Amino acid sequence: MKKQKLIVIGNGMAGIRTVEELLKIAPDAYDITVFGAEPYCNYNRILLSPVLAGEKKLDDIILNDDAWYESNGIALHKGRKVVAIDRRRRLVRTEDGLEANYDRLLLATGSTPFMLPVPGRDLPGVIGFRDIRDVELMLEASQKYHRAVVIGGGLLGLEAANGLKKRGMAVTVVHLLDTLMERQLDKPAADLLKRALEDSGLEFRMEAETAAILGRDRVTGVRFKDGSEIPADLVVMAVGIRPNVDLAKSAGIHCERGILVSDTLQTFDPRIYAVGECVQHRKQLFGLVAPLFEQARVCANHLAEYGIARYEGSVTSTKLKVTGIDLFSAGEFQGGNGYEELLFQDPARGIYKKLVIESNRIKGAVLYGDTGDGAWYFQMMRDGTDISAFRENILFGQAHLGDAGHGADNRAALMPDTAEVCGCNGVCKKTIVDAIVQKKLFTLEDVRAHTKASASCGSCTGLVEQILQSTLGSDYSVSPAKKPLCKCTDHTHEEVREAIRSQNLKTIPEVMRFLDWKTADGCHSCRPALNYYLLCQWPNEYRDDPQSRFINERAHANIQKDGTYSVVPRIWGGVTNPRELRAIADVAEKFEVPMVKITGGQRIDLLGVPKEQLPAIWAELGKHGLVSGHAYGKSLRTVKTCVGKEWCRFGTQDSTKMGIALEKMTWGSWTPAKVKMAVSGCPRNCAEATIKDFGVVAVDSGWELHVGGNGGVKVRATDFLCKVDTEEEVMEYCGAYLQLYREEARYLERTAHWIERVGLAYIQERVVSDPESRRALYERFLESQRSAQIDPWSVLARESERRHFEPLRKVG
Amino acid sequence: MNAMTDWIEIGQIEDIPRQGSRVVATPNGNVAVFRTVDDEIFAVRDVCPHKGGPLSQGIVCGKRVACPLHNWVIDLASGEAAPPDEGRTACFPVKAVEGRLWLKLVGSE
Repeated sequence: MKKQKLIVIGNGMAGIRTVEELLKIAPDAYDITVFGAEPYCNYNRILLSPVLAGEKKLDDIILNDDAWYESNGIALHKGRKVVAIDRRRRLVRTEDGLEANYDRLLLATGSTPFMLPVPGRDLPGVIGFRDIRDVELMLEASQKYHRAVVIGGGLLGLEAANGLKKRGMAVTVVHLLDTLMERQLDKPAADLLKRALEDSGLEFRMEAETAAILGRDRVTGVRFKDGSEIPADLVVMAVGIRPNVDLAKSAGIHCERGILVSDTLQTFDPRIYAVGECVQHRKQLFGLVAPLFEQARVCANHLAEYGIARYEGSVTSTKLKVTGIDLFSAGEFQGGNGYEELLFQDPARGIYKKLVIESNRIKGAVLYGDTGDGAWYFQMMRDGTDISAFRENILFGQAHLGDAGHGADNRAALMPDTAEVCGCNGVCKKTIVDAIVQKKLFTLEDVRAHTKASASCGSCTGLVEQILQSTLGSDYSVSPAKKPLCKCTDHTHEEVREAIRSQNLKTIPEVMRFLDWKTADGCHSCRPALNYYLLCQWPNEYRDDPQSRFINERAHANIQKDGTYSVVPRIWGGVTNPRELRAIADVAEKFEVPMVKITGGQRIDLLGVPKEQLPAIWAELGKHGLVSGHAYGKSLRTVKTCVGKEWCRFGTQDSTKMGIALEKMTWGSWTPAKVKMAVSGCPRNCAEATIKDFGVVAVDSGWELHVGGNGGVKVRATDFLCKVDTEEEVMEYCGAYLQLYREEARYLERTAHWIERVGLAYIQERVVSDPESRRALYERFLESQRSAQIDPWSVLARESERRHFEPLRKVG
Repeated sequence: MNAMTDWIEIGQIEDIPRQGSRVVATPNGNVAVFRTVDDEIFAVRDVCPHKGGPLSQGIVCGKRVACPLHNWVIDLASGEAAPPDEGRTACFPVKAVEGRLWLKLVGSE
């Protein structure tokens, strides 16, 4: 098939990002030609401020060099401005008369700084702050002259002022309003910022309206409306940007303030797409980079003719790229008008935090001085998380929820280079920063792929995001609010589950076909998830696909680093007897098991068993009634108990009996991630029930039920679900809670994360306050358990199944 | 007969599940023999270039397998790790003739 021709006008971040996304999913779809007005390769415009400040060199911010264009077969025309589009003949024409045809056209013409319409605005020495040329002019001026005036106290203006000051100029910032960065900050935060910048040597003229730029051959000063004047050798206008729409307009493409685009990033001419700062989408204009990247992804999806993605606007956050200043802002930061505000102020430490709340959901945030939790607040804001359960602690940060543990970490910017960020994979801060800079990484996923930081347990994710943010400067690309299940699809976990339910999809290939999976048979991330979702949706009917299970669940044993396995028989409620112990001892001796260990979950682990031996060991254990303990699965693991009132002088209820009953009910159940339970016989809580997924604590008058605890990566104490009176109620609430978790949590999401995402209030609504909902969940749980409670070991120990554990052949 | 250069019969194609693997034990360690969803057969040394994990135990997708230890993804045809990871495991000639599988133990070390 003959390739179509794609022309991209604009060699900036939005246009080239779209091309990159397109190459990822449809590398052979188009012959691509790029026109750029600037005489450079694609570079990172957000890093111009650090270049101006002397913290980075120009070479450092080039994103794609000539070789990249060449190796991807892209024809690049640098320094060639497109001046006309002929839509009828489908061609574009450059200033110097070059014509090129297109089948599809992408406009990524960006924006230009708005220059105030005052006398003198055209004088030499009056510039905007937009591209490499502007930076060069500023650097030149800083060597010859001394006094600079920056008009505009917004994000860009302050970054320019900071850079010029670092280059040795005396800088005055002129701002029309009384609040700096008023689009990102409220008054108190802006005042803190102003004070910090004044301390660093900047001067300010607030509430000052510029009337004229003075000078004859070159700028000499600025005059204000009130008649006062200040001297200046350089004036930088940073009062806003204007989308570049002239080219589109002249071709008859509908524009308002920007080029109008739909949710598919198409203009009114369906062959012509537009992305970036030149577009207007749902009345919004764009100036930050994160939305551009989201647009690029969607646009590429349509250029590749997948036709499924939609751009529905972005929620953005901002951070100022001025060294030594920690500032974060997102959403409806002003508050007022029906919003509630949570405030934290510590003037001595220079810290100010404000969260704007509506109906227990975060709507906006301003952080100054301590932005460590910005990513966390932002995530909850985008997810619409109900914060009522931890509202009283929320301003103290994520580390103060539950308990500390490994998840509590220091602020990224203050960490020394040698500090270990990712404890699982031994990645230190410098490795991450170097990878971000040298390999031009923008997203958390990129950093994970290249450095492995936060790729294992994930507890340092927030910290890695902070390092990304502080390395890239302001608006690095946050992962899109809508997270696809994996790279094989654009659909979220929820959308996939909904499709399985509503479309009656019964097998993994059916799901992939219906949802247009991008890969033939998925990947190691999506196949286990789909297998679980199908199993959960169609209990007693779906035929499990062993090849879509992780090896531990396929072999019903835990793989160890040397390729051997561990065997953990179930010990109900942690209560055993001499017969079982003797059987375990005999097996360990007979098969020369290298290590026998007591586990944290009150069981016995046989470690170092070769795969071929597993069926024989299971058969032996099975003779004595020992069954699989599912220590290897995303499933119910253990129910830990204390000895309870049968023995303990403090015990208030029979906790072992309760624990065994719970384990008998729930064993064999597959869940999104592992589930641990415990029952304590009194509030002394010897079974540590308050760090379990489901914890029961006996009190004299009944049972307290606790949910969402985690003793692992980050210690999280449970949330109190409710109190019940009888053992039957404990069973019913437990079953209902587990079923809700099974049906609604994302695959691999532990209960702790699930509850933090959906909020305790929601769980209580479904499991506690609505008896009908609870009973229905409980019944569905019991129903799904009907066919789940078959001991996999006894099945696999049969002679007919043993070959799966043996070599195909032995040679030599 | 030279075991190093001759084709050795190792079993039937049905002995290996689709999207699965079985090993052939040799004096030099295991060789993992894979069967893809389209019944293509590949053989690689059963050792991940990362930390030596048994690739035969991984999840098979397309012509790739994800190592069960740390999810490195190995291309079955070339033995190469998927970027940005770097490393390579040896491949062996393997063929299916009328449902029977044949393996040659000369690896592309």
